[in-house]
Amino acid sequence: MLPTLIVVFREVLEAALVVGIVAAATKGVAGRSFWIGLGIAVGVLLAGLEAGFARAISDMAQGMGQELFNATILFAAVLMLGWHNVWMGKHGREIAADAQAIGRAVRAGTRPLYAVGIVVGVAVLREGSEVVLFLYGIAAADPGHAASMLVGGLIGLALGVAVGLATYSGLARIPMRHLFRVTSWMITLLAAGLASQGAGFLMAAGVLPSVGGTLWDTSWLLSQSSIPGLVLHTLVGYTAQPDGLQLIFYVATIVGIVGLMRLVSAGAKSRPPAPSAQPAPEAAGE
Amino acid sequence: MRSALLYAAAAALAAVVAVPAAHAEDTITLTLKDHKFTPATIEIPAGTAVKLLVKNMDATPEEFDSSSLHREKVIPGNDQGIVLIGPLKPGTYKFEGEYHDDTAQGRVIVK
Repeated sequence: MLPTLIVVFREVLEAALVVGIVAAATKGVAGRSFWIGLGIAVGVLLAGLEAGFARAISDMAQGMGQELFNATILFAAVLMLGWHNVWMGKHGREIAADAQAIGRAVRAGTRPLYAVGIVVGVAVLREGSEVVLFLYGIAAADPGHAASMLVGGLIGLALGVAVGLATYSGLARIPMRHLFRVTSWMITLLAAGLASQGAGFLMAAGVLPSVGGTLWDTSWLLSQSSIPGLVLHTLVGYTAQPDGLQLIFYVATIVGIVGLMRLVSAGAKSRPPAPSAQPAPEAAGE
Repeated sequence: MRSALLYAAAAALAAVVAVPAAHAEDTITLTLKDHKFTPATIEIPAGTAVKLLVKNMDATPEEFDSSSLHREKVIPGNDQGIVLIGPLKPGTYKFEGEYHDDTAQGRVIVK
């Protein structure tokens, strides 16, 4: 039961961290719980489908279907995270400055919320399909022990979710005026990490070349398969043995998102402020 | 702006899927049975691209996982999958079956 618990916990942890960060980043934007919930539900459904079609997906593109599928959904999540950050950068100053402006932001903010749903869905899909395949395989191969293994899996799931909730409530404690900036950096690094993973899959599929090979190896310092290493891998994209290609994608994503955010908020600053919004404190800007 | 992003994404996806993994490299068969890899040690020359045909003879799925090789792939039970590796610099690259990492261990030695 313990090995099952650990495997499921690790997979769920990665998804739960993403959900926790995204939930904290959209705190105050009403309707986001619906989209996050929808993202989780759709993610679970698609995870089941992906597990069911694992063979067919794998066989596509000369046996590289799994890699291409993973790369696609990861980059979709990167785009959604970037877009979310840019949007929040535009409206975040109002949200940070005036709690009542949240009402106005709600009406303005409902549209990009499906981006949040997509990010959550991708995270749940990525890890969920592995969990489903793993648990189904265990239950099918060893029906005698299936019950205790499934219990282990459920406990692992619960623990992973608990860590996600703890991440959310820890972040949610941050005062609103700082929350936007903290979560926007977490989202940027999260996106950079996902882009680096996506690049890894494109390399595995033979679509993009390795650039300089593995640049360094810090697994002696922090193994990527340890729990802290896994947490850092998800949160900031820590990779113990990164390929040069992954580093390029990582840096490019940060530069791209931060650059777009500054571009957009510079545009927003040139417009006259909304009449009932309090003047935004300087610290809220990037 | 948004539709431009969508078009760009669609074009990128089409390009990626259309590019065939036209590798004429050798194929090495790696068998997974009773959650153990055979052969546990694979030797390949430096600078060559190699196709690993991973055959999962167990009924349960396994995740072929190697951080040094940057490869991660789920192979369903009683199924097989392809992992492209190389060209690589000389050295030892470990891989494992993540779901049974106590027994499913192996390495690629590049000379």
